[in-house]
Amino acid sequence: MTPPVLEVVGLRVEVEGRGDDIVDDISFAIGAGEVLGLVGESGSGKSTVGLALLGHTRRGARITGGEVRVEGRDILGLSPAGLRGLRGKTVSYVPQDPASALNPALRIRTQLEEVLETHAFGDSRAARAARMREMLEEVLLPSDDGFLRRYPHQLSGGQQQRVGLAMAFACRPRVIVLDEPTTGLDVTTQAHVLSTVRDLCSAHGVAALYVSHDLAVVATLADRVAVMYAGRIVENGPERVLFRAAAHPYTRRLVEAIPEMSGRHALEGIAGTAPRPGQRADGCFFAPRCTYAVEACTIELPPLEQSGEGHFVRCVRHAEISALGVSERRPAPELPEPDTATTLVSVRGLDAWHGDRQFLFGIDLSVLPRQCVALVGESGSGKTTLARCIAGLHRDFKGELALYGKPLAAGARARSRDDRRRLQYIFQSPYSSLNPRKTIAQIVSQPLGLFFDLDHRETHERVVATLERVRLNPSAMTRYPHELSGGERQRVAIARALAAEPTLLVCDEITSALDVSVQAAIIDLIAELQREMKLGLLFVTHNLALIRTIAEEVAVMNAGRIVERGKVEDVLASPQDAYTKALLADTPSMELALAAGA
Amino acid sequence: MSTVAAGFERARGIVPRPRGVWGFVLRRVLLGLLTLFLVSIVVFAATQTLPGDAARAFLGRNATPESLATLRKQLHLNEPVVSQYLHWLGGIFRGDLGNSLTGSQQPVTSVIGARIENSGVLMLIAAVISVPLSIALGAIAARRRDGVFDHTTSIVLLALAALPEFVTAILLVVLLGTSLFHFLPPVSLIPPGGHPWNYPKELVLPVIALVFAVTPYIARIMRASMIEVLESDYVEMARLKGLREQTVLWRHALPNGIAPAIQVIALNLAYLAGGIVVVEFVFAYPGIGRAFVGAVHNRDLPTVQALGILIAAAYVFLNVAADVATILVSPRLRTSLK
Repeated sequence: MTPPVLEVVGLRVEVEGRGDDIVDDISFAIGAGEVLGLVGESGSGKSTVGLALLGHTRRGARITGGEVRVEGRDILGLSPAGLRGLRGKTVSYVPQDPASALNPALRIRTQLEEVLETHAFGDSRAARAARMREMLEEVLLPSDDGFLRRYPHQLSGGQQQRVGLAMAFACRPRVIVLDEPTTGLDVTTQAHVLSTVRDLCSAHGVAALYVSHDLAVVATLADRVAVMYAGRIVENGPERVLFRAAAHPYTRRLVEAIPEMSGRHALEGIAGTAPRPGQRADGCFFAPRCTYAVEACTIELPPLEQSGEGHFVRCVRHAEISALGVSERRPAPELPEPDTATTLVSVRGLDAWHGDRQFLFGIDLSVLPRQCVALVGESGSGKTTLARCIAGLHRDFKGELALYGKPLAAGARARSRDDRRRLQYIFQSPYSSLNPRKTIAQIVSQPLGLFFDLDHRETHERVVATLERVRLNPSAMTRYPHELSGGERQRVAIARALAAEPTLLVCDEITSALDVSVQAAIIDLIAELQREMKLGLLFVTHNLALIRTIAEEVAVMNAGRIVERGKVEDVLASPQDAYTKALLADTPSMELALAAGA
Repeated sequence: MSTVAAGFERARGIVPRPRGVWGFVLRRVLLGLLTLFLVSIVVFAATQTLPGDAARAFLGRNATPESLATLRKQLHLNEPVVSQYLHWLGGIFRGDLGNSLTGSQQPVTSVIGARIENSGVLMLIAAVISVPLSIALGAIAARRRDGVFDHTTSIVLLALAALPEFVTAILLVVLLGTSLFHFLPPVSLIPPGGHPWNYPKELVLPVIALVFAVTPYIARIMRASMIEVLESDYVEMARLKGLREQTVLWRHALPNGIAPAIQVIALNLAYLAGGIVVVEFVFAYPGIGRAFVGAVHNRDLPTVQALGILIAAAYVFLNVAADVATILVSPRLRTSLK
């Protein structure tokens, strides 16, 4: 076996000044042409590890121990000038959000050229210009002067990320760190970028670290996977072993939280939250949330032990757990039978505009009581505009809109109080949809004050009951949104909608800002609420796998039109429209990746 | 739809809207001229409402009715207000601002011409020093955030911002001109007909006072905007590309950090045009500030009007220049105009 290109040994990064560990005891190796997927939820320290490979930390953090060896040489001991010579040349970085990582004031040519120039790539200006064009062609971008003269904002998201890739591969690096490079992209764009990454890494024998929270993406790309939890690698092994027969309980729970298109699995979240730096007690960090925990787990942090060929686990019971084999996934509970006697909301021939531009064309859609209709499509397809028209947040449209057969005014202000109460909207980001100056009790009681005539005591009781419904402890009532985690905030947003006792919930990408395990818990909650409260749901999402679990009907949108409608099983099993087929083919799936490799 | 609105709708279709960067500049300049026109009405109206009669103020209490009548005729004071205004406005376009009402009755242009030169030189030097200085101070403070340099500049600049400029000016005089040291002349005696650049020593103290008045604001906004830029993903990316720190700062950070500061720079330079009055007074510097104070004191209406318009024009010009400069350093704004 050839020596690995990259070897990390016992890496430790601390909070500057306090000495609390952000990540510790990080060890792994990547060979030439190999892709290691580094997965974990937000706050697990995966980006910190990625940046440490370039000898870099974010503000407030410091690398205090371990080695990062690139082709046998420890880079952590390098001088600032030595690190500069390394970055972008031997080890390069592809950022998470290309829109903000490209300088808005500089042309694409300048930003590409400067990497080559600063590392004196090639002998001449002409050689560098040739290399630049070669790179742009490799990442499937135009290489003419017109393109090079553009500014970042004149490119699409996918093009921006390709520029990022071209920049990273320009100097023929040995190691490349990809930090969630496809997070903000549509599935189709994501699929193209991923295949470019795979081709470039194998063609040039680059050792790649692919940091991601999306296990399905990692499954389609990585040879090996390392799972991080609370600043430690808890499991590291070949991709197939890890996703089929994980030996760490956390990995197994993560896999169980992933929605799959092939069948209706129950999505199970993981109760509790991961301990942050400075709050990590003795013992296994996952023990408080672990269903397999025994007393030994709370005494000391287990070491990373070998469990199989190239498979390492940090768990005292790993032998028993890996023997469990492929985890059985519980089927999801039956969806409620829709009430076909009436139509909850119906949309006929709806055209909508933003200014002079028409965004929706002749939309027909209906939601029955107790039915969940999923609205899927890529960004810009018009799905959010449609949801906003229905909710009364977008007024610039023509067409019929009816609630229980009675016409519904355009714009929430023109609607009756009862109509407004019946339609409630949950926004995408719980980080910006809750007023930071109000307590949770104030937020949840707002609709109560608007729609019901309640005295102080009744309001309080309703708030408590509503919070319990969304499985939040009523002790959260006096707290402010910033004191809660992302998942808890989204529960508050759901509670606020439920407090109005709606008949239709419009959910606009409500889990896209959340981790998979949190997403699973939220979806589970929404499905349960729908069953128990007989709600109609309009579930807007770009995640096709998610609708398999929660929705009964699906409408696929493309460029402002509904291109396909039908029962979820039928559409996913035998899509009719070319666009739906392409969308399905581009959606990364762990099962397909495993099946293809088997 | 009202007929007026309908008319606008039609006009929008017929009159081609100038596009691109130059279209934008043209629109801004036209708007600036419109602003100046409105200012001219306000200035004229304000001087009309000053108590007393200009002719009597000039000739004194013992003037004969005949001489008063002659002067009123000469100043067009007998005509209706609108025609007086139009006469004055027409004069501006011909470069004739009327005659000063003080002693010699020279044309206003020749009275304030030399003063404009003096003040212009003073402002220009103050701007040329304070703008780069404050940008550099702000950028360095941001780069060494929470360091000794940052804390020191922050305290000093806050103190300077808190002191009114006549206080700093007097302190400067006491410190460098009279009591402690005697390096510099405490009053700026530039003889009539002399050019300020021939008297560099006389300029030092007023320039320092003006620089002190303007620098704190620009430096603070620059620091804030540079901190944001230095924390941005693209600056981190530039470092991770292995660029030298100097390239990161000069090429990646500074152009993006300056954009929000441009408006503040323009407002502060415009403020210089007005604030100069106080500083010139303290140093007895023969510029428009002192001319303004004197003209108001003497009810020299033509001079007051001329200087009022001049200062307003400086404000308008600087704001238009700031808008254009912001557009030029922000490609996103620039390309959205196309």
